[in-house]
This record gives sequence, C-alpha cells and structure tokens, in this order.
Amino acid sequence: MDKAKKKAAPASVKNRYRAFMADDQFVNDRIRWGNNAKKFILFMFRMVLIIGVCYVILGPVIGIISSSFFSDADNYNPMVYLIPQEPTLGRYTMAMEYLDYWRTMSASLLYSLSLMLIQVFICSMVGYGFARYNFPFKNVLFACVVVMIVIPTNTIMLPLYMTFAKFDIFGIIKAIRGSEVNLLSTPIPMYIMTAFGCGLRSGLYIYIFNQFFRGLPKEIEEAAFVDGAGTLYTYFRIMLVNALPSVVTVAIFSMVWQYNDTFYANLFLISNDIVISKRIATIEASISNVEKILDPNILELFVDAGIVLIMIPILIIYIALQKQFIEGVERSGIVG
Amino acid sequence: MGNKKKKRMSLSAKRSMTGFLFILPWLIGFLWFYARSLIMSVEFSLSELTVNPGGGYSLKFVNLDNFIYAFRAHATYKQVLTTSVGNMLIDVPLITFFSLFMALLLNKKFKGRTLVRAIFFLPVLLNSEAIMDAMNLVRTMMSGGISSASAEMAEAAAGSGVGISYYIEMFGALGLPDSIITYISGAVSRISDIINASGVQIIIFIAALQSIPGSMYEVAKIEGSTAYETFWKVTFPMVMPHIITNVVYTVVDSFTQSEVVELAYKTAFTDKNYGLSSVFSLVSTVITCLILVIVCRFIQKRTFYYN
Repeated sequence: MDKAKKKAAPASVKNRYRAFMADDQFVNDRIRWGNNAKKFILFMFRMVLIIGVCYVILGPVIGIISSSFFSDADNYNPMVYLIPQEPTLGRYTMAMEYLDYWRTMSASLLYSLSLMLIQVFICSMVGYGFARYNFPFKNVLFACVVVMIVIPTNTIMLPLYMTFAKFDIFGIIKAIRGSEVNLLSTPIPMYIMTAFGCGLRSGLYIYIFNQFFRGLPKEIEEAAFVDGAGTLYTYFRIMLVNALPSVVTVAIFSMVWQYNDTFYANLFLISNDIVISKRIATIEASISNVEKILDPNILELFVDAGIVLIMIPILIIYIALQKQFIEGVERSGIVG
Repeated sequence: MGNKKKKRMSLSAKRSMTGFLFILPWLIGFLWFYARSLIMSVEFSLSELTVNPGGGYSLKFVNLDNFIYAFRAHATYKQVLTTSVGNMLIDVPLITFFSLFMALLLNKKFKGRTLVRAIFFLPVLLNSEAIMDAMNLVRTMMSGGISSASAEMAEAAAGSGVGISYYIEMFGALGLPDSIITYISGAVSRISDIINASGVQIIIFIAALQSIPGSMYEVAKIEGSTAYETFWKVTFPMVMPHIITNVVYTVVDSFTQSEVVELAYKTAFTDKNYGLSSVFSLVSTVITCLILVIVCRFIQKRTFYYN
C-alpha cells in the first residue's frame, strides 16, 4: 500500500510535467517561468555576494562600535557577543578625557580644513593650466605630475625632513635671522608643501582637475572672453563653478585623507594636539600608566571608543555629501 | 620696459605665459621638494651621513657600501623586500579582477544601490593607520567570538569550526599544482584586505562602465550576441584602458603600505642610519617603477583604444 503510493506520486508529477512540456498551449508560460527562474537565481547570487562583501566591510566597524560600550563584566563574559548586557558610557568619557577630545578635534578639523582649501585652490589652478593652455615642455611637465603620483612618498622623506629641519629660502632667512629656522614640530611644513602643490596626494588631485577641465567645452571660456571677462575672472567665476563635481570630490578626499594622515604628521613631528589620528596611538599607553589598568583587552575597549570618536566627523561629512561625492567621483574624470 | 615687451608679445605667447603662471606654484614646489629630494636621496644612499650636534649634517662619500650592506649583510631587508613584492604581485591581479567584478554587479540597477556603493567606498575614507589596526584586531576577535580574545577560545572556535587544512588537502588530492593552491589559499586568507583595498578601483570601473555608449549594446543585441559574448566583445575591451589606471593605483597604494616602507622609516628615525634608509627607499622605488613599466607595456599591447 505504502509502496504503491510512493511510486504513484512521482509518476503522476512526472506525467503532469511531461504533459505540460508537450502542450503548446503553455509555451509562453514556460518561457516566462524559465526567465523568472533565471532572473531569480541571478538576483540571489548578486544579493549573496553583495551582502557578504558589505558584511566584510561593515563587520569590523560594527564590532568596534559595539565593543566600545562593553563594561568589564561584558568583556569577561564569554556568553556576550556584540550586544553588551550592561552597556556603559565609561569608555567614552575616559577616551574623551585622554584625547582632550573637543580641543584636539577642533584643532585637527581646522588643520585639515585649511589644508583642504589650499589643496582645492592650488590643484585646481594647476590642473586648469595644464588642461587649457599650451606652453613649452607641457608634456614633460605633465609627466612630472604623474611621477609625483607614482613615486612613493617614503623615497623623499629623509630629504624633506632635512629640508625643514634647517629651512631656508636661498639664504634669505639666514641673512636676516643669523641662522636657518627649524620648522619641525609645527604644522608649517605641511602648509608650505601644500601651498606649492606638493601636499598629501596633490598629484592625484591635479590629475583629477586636469581631466575634468579637459572635458568641459571650450565655448564657455570663449563666450566669457568675448564678453570681456579677464583670465582670473573667467577662471574663478566660470570654470571653477562648472567644475563643482570635481571640487567636491577633491575636497572630501583631501579633507579626509589629511585628517587620517599619520605619515607626514610623524615625519614633521607635528604635535599630537593638532593631529588627532596621531594622538589615538598613545591613548592606550597613557590610560594604562595613569589609571593602572593592565589588562590589554580592557585597554582595547578604550581605544575602540576613541576610534569611534575619531570616525564620527568623517562619517558625518561622508553621509552628508555622499550623493554628490559618489556622483562627483564618477563624473569627475579620475577616469582618463 | 617690461610693459612694452608684453605688448609686443603675440596672442599665443601671451596665452602660454598665462598657462605657465597657472602652473608656476606647482612647478616651484616640484623642483624644490620632489626633484631636489630625489637627488638628495641618491646622494645620501652613496654616503655615510652624520648629524652634527648644532643641526645640519655632513656627508662622507662611501661609494656603494650602503647598497652592498643592504643586500649582503642586513638581517631582514632581503626577506622583507621579497615578501612585500610577492604580496603586491598576489594583490594586484586579484584586486583588479575583484573590483571589475564588483563594478559589474554594482552597475546594475537594484534597490539600495546608493547605500551599497556608499558602503563599498567606506574603507577608502577609513584608511587611517589607527583605525585599520583596531579593525584588524576586532576582525580576529569576531571570528572567535568578540569577547573572547584569549587564545583558548580562539583555538576552541577553530577546533569546532571549519578546518582549512582539510580543504587544502582535498585540493591537493585533486592533483592541482602546489603553487596554485598556495595562491588560492593566500588569496582567501587576505580577502578582507583585498576588499578593503579595492574601493577606489571599483569606483573607477563603475565610471568606466557608465561611459560605454549604450548604442554599442544595442548593436550587439540586434546582431544576436549572447550576454557572454557581449561582455568579452564590448564591455571588456571598453574597460581595458582603465585597467592600467587601476593597476598603477593598486601598485603604488600597496607599496606605500608595505613593510619595506616601515623598515626604511625605522632605519632612519630609530636607528639613525640615514644612508641605509635611503638605499631601502630608492631600491623599492626602482622596483615599483620597473613593475609599473613592465605591467603597463604588457597591458597596453593588449589594449584597444576606442578613439
């Protein structure tokens, strides 16, 4: 009895399937079903991949945020995973105190903001010069911009260090003050380099602006010239306004990278009070020394809280300007 | 007199003068900071540098001694250099293909596309050293339970979970050559690094994909090509020029974050051996440039330029 049932059931499904496949009446249904199945499989494949990759990216961020709320008990409790049982804000108050958060953060933001403004101003000008004017050795000079992108900064770090340790401009400063100035441990070297178009990744920004300006129609400028606008007026009031997508791109890039930069900050011995991403490196040691907390796992929770505090401004800038930024990157000719 | 001279200048000369003025700040900076520094680097690498107590330094020419020391006598340099270059050679093709693949996925319209793109770009913005370190730590902790940083728990998790060695043996039993297995297992273990390093590349590829004229796809469709053929005959050749951009970006990026740079930095500022540090930097730069030239030549031969 049982056996018969088992045999009958697949047979009938099979038969119905055969009838369905043989009947011309259902031909459109069949095609539609096939297509839908294919679409569904592709959709699932894509979703699984994208969600997986997003998890790999977001996982550590979520981990840092959640563990910054852990209390000591949560940390030692092996049953706790991601969601703390006794959440505490103690990590944040302590991290804020040791980072001297508000002061350092505002100094740090001011530092990267001012450098960002200089970057945008200088790099857009240089990019415009390369894109719109012809002058002798233009190709060689532009090759130099590419060299600037390609050469790793560490190759020139020693000479830069030496240059700014005894800073002089053709002996002028020595003649006035009697000796060269030591600009190290101040942010001035960074400002000087940025002002001369050699700051953090300036080559890349020049390249981006150059590509974008080359894509703009020449007629805009010609119309401006015919209407009697001077070179500088045309540049500031017309070209730069039209280049807004790439201005936004470069602005965010340079702001965030400058804010994150520790290479130049370490090289020029710039003070921790100005560069908050440098200060986070010492927070663990200073908390352990002063508060006598010796467990590295607990100390790590303070670092996590500090990291969250440091990430907040980046995330705010990014979320606020995200749309313009992604569109800007896509349209602003990082693509050659 | 200057005025008179300007008036006599032709329009094109005047324009070239204006253009020159636009790039002048950068030119000064380049000569002052980059060109001069490169020359100084070469100079340092050929000499023994001693810092004078009153500031400043003096150079003693020692010929190629620093180079010979770096390659013959230094304890770790050769090993660090080879692992760095090796990692880069593993990373570059993986990152390039991974980012092309992801760009193809993200280029399709679906719900929440903006959000996903924003997430993909996040690693580029969070690339600070401190943040990266903390993230790596959290990542290892999460794989063994976040609160259980102790080694025992990690071991227990590894014991109960999937044994990687089992799979490696399985592939070995299939008769795949060892080098391929090492490559694949290396790639798998670095997957989070690869994902984190490919933010900019994905964006570049997305932009490249969007710049392909839609008419080309229409033609392909009318001619009856399948999706597979369309990809290889239309999409891939059109994206090809941007592969060079991406490879250059990837090589430079992976080298600036490699151990060689760390070693050079440490040699200079901890051990105060400036000449040796210059040698390290210069050699890595030369290798980077060589790799770039070879790879670009190789790709360029196979590249089709639309215009």
